[in-house]
Amino acid sequence: MTDSISLPIAASTASKARLASRHAAERRFRIYGLLAVLFGLSCILTLFVTILTGGYNSFSQTVITLDFELDADNIDASDIHGSNFRTIVRRSTYALFPDVTTRQDKRTLANIVSSGAEYQLRDFVIAHPDRIGQTVTLQVPMSDDLDQLSKGVIRAELDESERRVSDIEISWFNSLRDQGKIETVFNGTFFTASDSREPELAGILGAALGSFYTLLVTLALSFPIGVASAIYLEEFAPKNRLTQIIEININNLAAVPSIVFGLLGLAVFLNFFGLPRSAPLVGGMVLALMTLPTIIIAGRAALKSVPPSIRQAAIGLGASPMQTLMDHTLPLAMPGMMTGTILGMAQALGETAPLLMIGMVAFIVDIPGGVTDPATVMPVQIYLWSDSPERAFVERTSGAILVLLAFLVTMNALAVILRKKFETKW
Amino acid sequence: MTSKINEPQSKTSRIGISVAAAAAKFVSRKVTVHYGDKQALFDVDLDIPENQVTALIGPSGCGKSTYLRCLNRMNDIIDGCKVGGEILLDGENITDPKIDAVHLRARVGMVFQKPNPFPKSIYDNVSYGPKIHGTVATKADLDAVVENSLRRASLWEEVKDRLDEPGTGLSGGQQQRLCIARAIAVEPEVILMDEPCSALDPIATAKIEELIDELRRKYTIVIVTHSMQQAARVSQRTAFFHLGKVVEVGNTEQIFTNPKDERTQGYITGRFG
Repeated sequence: MTDSISLPIAASTASKARLASRHAAERRFRIYGLLAVLFGLSCILTLFVTILTGGYNSFSQTVITLDFELDADNIDASDIHGSNFRTIVRRSTYALFPDVTTRQDKRTLANIVSSGAEYQLRDFVIAHPDRIGQTVTLQVPMSDDLDQLSKGVIRAELDESERRVSDIEISWFNSLRDQGKIETVFNGTFFTASDSREPELAGILGAALGSFYTLLVTLALSFPIGVASAIYLEEFAPKNRLTQIIEININNLAAVPSIVFGLLGLAVFLNFFGLPRSAPLVGGMVLALMTLPTIIIAGRAALKSVPPSIRQAAIGLGASPMQTLMDHTLPLAMPGMMTGTILGMAQALGETAPLLMIGMVAFIVDIPGGVTDPATVMPVQIYLWSDSPERAFVERTSGAILVLLAFLVTMNALAVILRKKFETKW
Repeated sequence: MTSKINEPQSKTSRIGISVAAAAAKFVSRKVTVHYGDKQALFDVDLDIPENQVTALIGPSGCGKSTYLRCLNRMNDIIDGCKVGGEILLDGENITDPKIDAVHLRARVGMVFQKPNPFPKSIYDNVSYGPKIHGTVATKADLDAVVENSLRRASLWEEVKDRLDEPGTGLSGGQQQRLCIARAIAVEPEVILMDEPCSALDPIATAKIEELIDELRRKYTIVIVTHSMQQAARVSQRTAFFHLGKVVEVGNTEQIFTNPKDERTQGYITGRFG
């Protein structure tokens, strides 16, 4: 029926061809866009799958159940810290295979459990002093090499010269597993310990707390300063050459490589003001400098997006500039400001380079208790572990990345929720 | 009441600035406005009589809104805007920088072209002015002011059951009446309206016009409008602006039936503008 109506534009064959080529161009453009999105998604998917498959192992740990004889000869109840737990652990491991006699094999046998076993035993005795003189059964972590063997990372079918675990260790491991003494349990140590030279004793908590204290300092400094600057520049500052120069420089600062801020922190905070090295306080100050431009720019954008009609309405009612700001403009701009701040914080959470300059790259075993204690942060911890020779640190590196990603995703989700929650419906 | 309104009108039989001086709320002399290098108003002499509706008409860009914003110093918030000359409000020069603009705006309220309620509840919209000026002492007084203002803006019956709902959820016409209620709540002496009906449909426009007619008993009203019919319907006096100058001022009836200036004649008959 539409055929009967012959529109002059549709009748012309030239215009038909033009129309067809226009549609084709549109389709092509849409396909390019779709391909770009698919490429991006597949990259992210590959990244996540690699990290997950590499990292999930770090959340489990192979443990061995051993009997420990807490005899009075080796344990001095009045000086538990000076007691000889190493001998007790060794005796327990020797008891597993009484037929091992050579000195070298005995040393190998003693090393199938982690060197952390003696500290675990010590802590047990401190908690239960009444058990001295008895025999206790405890689960202690196995050494990192046997842990990797158990997880299949070190492959038993390879030739002995090509793997870190010897044939005799494998035979012991298999025999113990057949006896039911070996189990794989959730690796609580990973979330409750700080860094260690032994992978099976290393944890992320120290670095996570270091990150927490650092971000706390960053937030406390950059949010008030950033919001105040944004408000002044956007609402009160006269628009002249000077404010223009300031604005351009803030935009420039946002693009300065972060390591430059680290150098500034080293030169000013550490060398000139003599603040403590490796401390979250200084790390937070450096990251605050880095985050400030982001917060100022986001804050100004948020203030700009408040409709001028709202300001006019308030001013027209006789509200002072301050009342207009506090009662109307700021509450409406706050979600945008908070989103910008959280994104700035997420950026600061993932920052490594400037912290290397101020000494937060040190090997720190103690869990930091405040902003002036030496500490490291999660990305630096990841960097340190990725550099360690032990095979078991590979999975811990991925595990730490997973924890960091979880934090980042949480923060970004928080930003989205805040924006949705406080968004004004017009 | 009607006689009171008609009284100043009878005195203002002649065109020009010399008339209605006795009852003038605003007296403007040689008002100039510059936006940066551009001059928007040239030596405007205009008197606004008390308790009347004065309509400012003219083609776009003729300076009528600029003049309106001088009356409560809203031009202060525009960068690079300079106002010269004298505007006397009850004999007091409001262009003097020593005059507190915040206090002035409490006396001279404003209703804007686009309804712009705050994204808050209807109650909060109306109560905001009295709160910041501290004109009410108790919650009960505030409730009374809110109800009274909404009643005078003939919005009370429509919103009395949903005062805690957002003002932005009302229809366009209701929003504009809410903005009028918000301005009234401050108890101003003058209400400035900058094309208050340009974003509204004819029914909502009729309601606002009816309201303007009611409000002139108590307030001096200055309205900028692009609608000649509206100027003729609601105002007692009309000033015609052209290219930043006041071309003609007079009683509305006279301006629309017997304009003295041929530019006025041309504009109201639709030959330009």
